[in-house]
Amino acid sequence: MAEIPAIEVQGVSFAYQGFPVLRDINLTLERGQFASVVGPNGSGKTTLFRLFLGLLTPDRGTIRILGQSPLESRTRIGYVPQHFAFDPKYPIRVSDVVRMGCLGQGHRWVWGGRAERRRVRGALEAVGMGGQRNAPFSTLSGGQRQRVLIARALVIDPEILLLDEPTANVDAMGEEEILGLIEGLRGEMTVMLITHSVSVVSRFIETIICVNCEAHVHPAMDHVDAELMRHICGHRPIACERE
Amino acid sequence: MTAVLDFWYALGRNPLALHALAVGLLASVACGLVGTLVVTRRITYVAGGISHSLLAGLGLAQWLRVMHHWNWVQPLHGALAAAMLSVLIIGWVTLRGREREDTAIGAVWAIGMAIGFIFIHITDGAKQDLMSYLFGNILLVSSGQIWLIALLDIMIIATVILCHPELQAVCFDEEFARLRGMRVELWHMLLLVLTALTVVLLVTVVGIVLVIALLTLPAAIAGRLSRSLAQMMVLSIVVCALCTVVGLTIHYRPNLPPGPTIILVAGFLYALAMLIPPRTWGKTLPRGD
Repeated sequence: MAEIPAIEVQGVSFAYQGFPVLRDINLTLERGQFASVVGPNGSGKTTLFRLFLGLLTPDRGTIRILGQSPLESRTRIGYVPQHFAFDPKYPIRVSDVVRMGCLGQGHRWVWGGRAERRRVRGALEAVGMGGQRNAPFSTLSGGQRQRVLIARALVIDPEILLLDEPTANVDAMGEEEILGLIEGLRGEMTVMLITHSVSVVSRFIETIICVNCEAHVHPAMDHVDAELMRHICGHRPIACERE
Repeated sequence: MTAVLDFWYALGRNPLALHALAVGLLASVACGLVGTLVVTRRITYVAGGISHSLLAGLGLAQWLRVMHHWNWVQPLHGALAAAMLSVLIIGWVTLRGREREDTAIGAVWAIGMAIGFIFIHITDGAKQDLMSYLFGNILLVSSGQIWLIALLDIMIIATVILCHPELQAVCFDEEFARLRGMRVELWHMLLLVLTALTVVLLVTVVGIVLVIALLTLPAAIAGRLSRSLAQMMVLSIVVCALCTVVGLTIHYRPNLPPGPTIILVAGFLYALAMLIPPRTWGKTLPRGD
């Protein structure tokens, strides 16, 4: 029996309040596969992630994640949203942000059991933030915050990791650290990475998924540059007409 | 100088003063815990709507007592009923998302007050109570009510402590909480219920109009000095208790109304806290971008 694919999308269409965003998406990602998701602003990349997570429901078609429906598979997926979506003044320690990843795993003690604390520490060390466990999240730089959010996703040992523009609004040094970290996950889990940046895509070229109303999977390429990206994906969202 | 201490001398002789202090300190604990959640989740306006709508319950309770001789009905019972009804309405509107939330809160706010005024208007001799409903009169709390206040307080404290990780997750990152399988809508409702119960407690101390200040100012002061939600809660309990104790101490001799005095103390401390740069107590890491 063939192994169940990590992500299997068949004939999925989605419209926001009657405004079509994605049309007839067909996509299969095997376990352990590493895919960059590219496409112009507003082309439906984040919408695709939100469909995988069950935060949105497709108007048509089916999505199977690890052989389950998106709602059933939620706790097996790690999700890293963009770091600037948070209230910058919220008083919370780095370790508490990561502990949030452990929620929804049955009964738990208020202050966290020893095993949970160990997992949190392990996840923070894996992203190089072990020393800042007790620092307030709000005092971190953009790159550091993004690494903490990656630790929060990794703390449950996910089988699939979805990263939404992890290097947006991060300085060059931070970007390098984050990309190194993501590279280290290659082969350990299925990874999908949304990005705008050519420099990011050029490091993860084994599978490139272009989303622009429709989705096209491009096989492995030798190199990627800005010209090629525009050529394969277009540089503005195409009108996603009704079928 | 001795005039300042008159309130403390009165504690020994006057059970009313002792009640006032007990109620103020009990309410401070719930106020610090829930105020922190209200401020960080940015639902101050919801708390304002709930508190003003309480007048409907207070007026109805008074009308039933005086005009229909339902002597077992206390104003506090009416306040609780009105608070729960407001939570149901605001929560339903928020979760269904069909109506603009701020419009619905504004409606609950004003309609609650209108109902309350009408009941007070048609109740004999209730007009003199209106000022204590609006601006509080902590000295009017009877010993029977202290037990109800203590019970509410314990319920709020236990819920906030036991559900701390979940409440923190829902306040910080609602979408992620949903992805971890939490029923975010129910947790949001729980937060509204906790807010409503705390507002009821605080109304006995400072009255309907001034509740928002006591709920948010201590938390705002604590927020400038805190590195975590738990720390902010503890600090905000301390600040709230401080405002209550200092307010009660000052109000006694010149015979000022206690509620507004407490609020002015909170306002003074808030202004003072504004002068201190945030988080000077803790080590601040160098900022990146």
